[in-house]
Amino acid sequence: MNPLDRYERLVDDPEAFREACDRPLPSVVRVNGIAATPERAREALDEEGVTYETVDWSDRLFRLPDGSPGTTWPYVHGWLHGQEEVSALPALALDPDPGDRVWDACAAPGSKTCHLADLMDDSGVLIGNDNNLGRLSALRHNAERLGVSNLVVTNDDARNVSLDSLGIDGLDGAVADVPCSCEGTCRKNPDVLEKWSLGHVESLVGIQKGILRRAIDLTRPGGEVVYSTCTFAPEENEAVVDHAIETTDAELVEWDAPLDTSPGVTEWEDQQFDESLRKAHRVYPHQNDTGGFFVAKLRVGDEDAVEGVSA
Amino acid sequence: MAENDGQRFDRLPATPDEREIEGRASREEVVDWWTERFGVDPETFDGVTFWEKGSGKIWAFSADLPSPLRAEGLGITVLRTRQEHWKPTTTGVKRFARDATKNVIELGPGEAAAFAAGHDQQLDRWDGDWGYLIAAHELAGQLEPIGVGLYLHGELRSRVPKGYQEELATLD
Repeated sequence: MNPLDRYERLVDDPEAFREACDRPLPSVVRVNGIAATPERAREALDEEGVTYETVDWSDRLFRLPDGSPGTTWPYVHGWLHGQEEVSALPALALDPDPGDRVWDACAAPGSKTCHLADLMDDSGVLIGNDNNLGRLSALRHNAERLGVSNLVVTNDDARNVSLDSLGIDGLDGAVADVPCSCEGTCRKNPDVLEKWSLGHVESLVGIQKGILRRAIDLTRPGGEVVYSTCTFAPEENEAVVDHAIETTDAELVEWDAPLDTSPGVTEWEDQQFDESLRKAHRVYPHQNDTGGFFVAKLRVGDEDAVEGVSA
Repeated sequence: MAENDGQRFDRLPATPDEREIEGRASREEVVDWWTERFGVDPETFDGVTFWEKGSGKIWAFSADLPSPLRAEGLGITVLRTRQEHWKPTTTGVKRFARDATKNVIELGPGEAAAFAAGHDQQLDRWDGDWGYLIAAHELAGQLEPIGVGLYLHGELRSRVPKGYQEELATLD
């Protein structure tokens, strides 16, 4: 079966949804604020005669209709980084401050991590973790290329990692951009739809819950955690977040997404989710001509709430 | 003195007097080196800590953490020490020496493209120091470092690492 059939009843316009999923994805770059301003990056692209259009919801994202940015001067200088529009959402949702202590649970190959560093003005401590040693070299290469100097790279299982050796006893923020069935990347990798199975989805859910749980546990009271995936499957999205808010003192918070989204769902097949799941965002490809995405922002309970739980 | 453990990150001592590991550079020497060689403002490194992992490889990190530290990466590599002529890295130059005032060689459009592709070239016009230079070119109204070159006997040898080499357009 094509897994996209499952979601037709969730979207406002199933035909537009399916058409968008069949189209290839535009090539997009993000301006790396550590190295250049959007104005200077635009000037460099103009000098080189590269065609681009600014994405209408961000002056830091450009679409390149002619394809890859890899062989342009501003790219080689680390002013630009190839990154899908929707993959800018986790860092924007967390919105870290300079000087913060932030953990990126599943960081490789590093597009979202480097975006976090940019928003932190390359200051504070950003821990980029990935359990896949082979993918860490891509993370390190991207971070060095973009001039990210606030990053500690670790190779741990995100579900039971400790930050004690870094002297960190409570994070200001965390991003759990977890491994998923990746249906939302079908415009880039149509294979994901052919390989899809409900069994695979079910095998991922336990890992997703474990990583989100650890992100919440490592974050200080009042700190924030962003959970994201590139799948439409409610099993991997709302169900995982619903489990987290039921079993921890974290709760969903409102976040104004900068592009068109749909609210998280509160029921799926025979499951019911907390009403607050409506604060999560679903991004369908036909809404903004992007990949598919899910993002939820949570706040860890305040000091009083934590004491109340432990009492 | 103890020997260097190349498998972990150790914060550099503040000054040579506080050195506990044989042959390890100090923070003071590293900052002085960037100032003397390239005219980098020492304030560029305010809040930056320096670490050694591997033999002589120096990493710059924008905050502080407990030392020693076991991790797969910490900030960016900036310098290779424990050799007669310390060697800056391409990534170090691009991150910390964009305002360099000394030993910067400005390349024309064709020269810049050749340098970025990793080619060595004869450049007799340079009458400054030999050794490691910052190769830069003008882009979008300002000088931008491309990477590190080694200048010897009238030749500028590109030291851009293979993974960063690209065939780029010659800008008019």
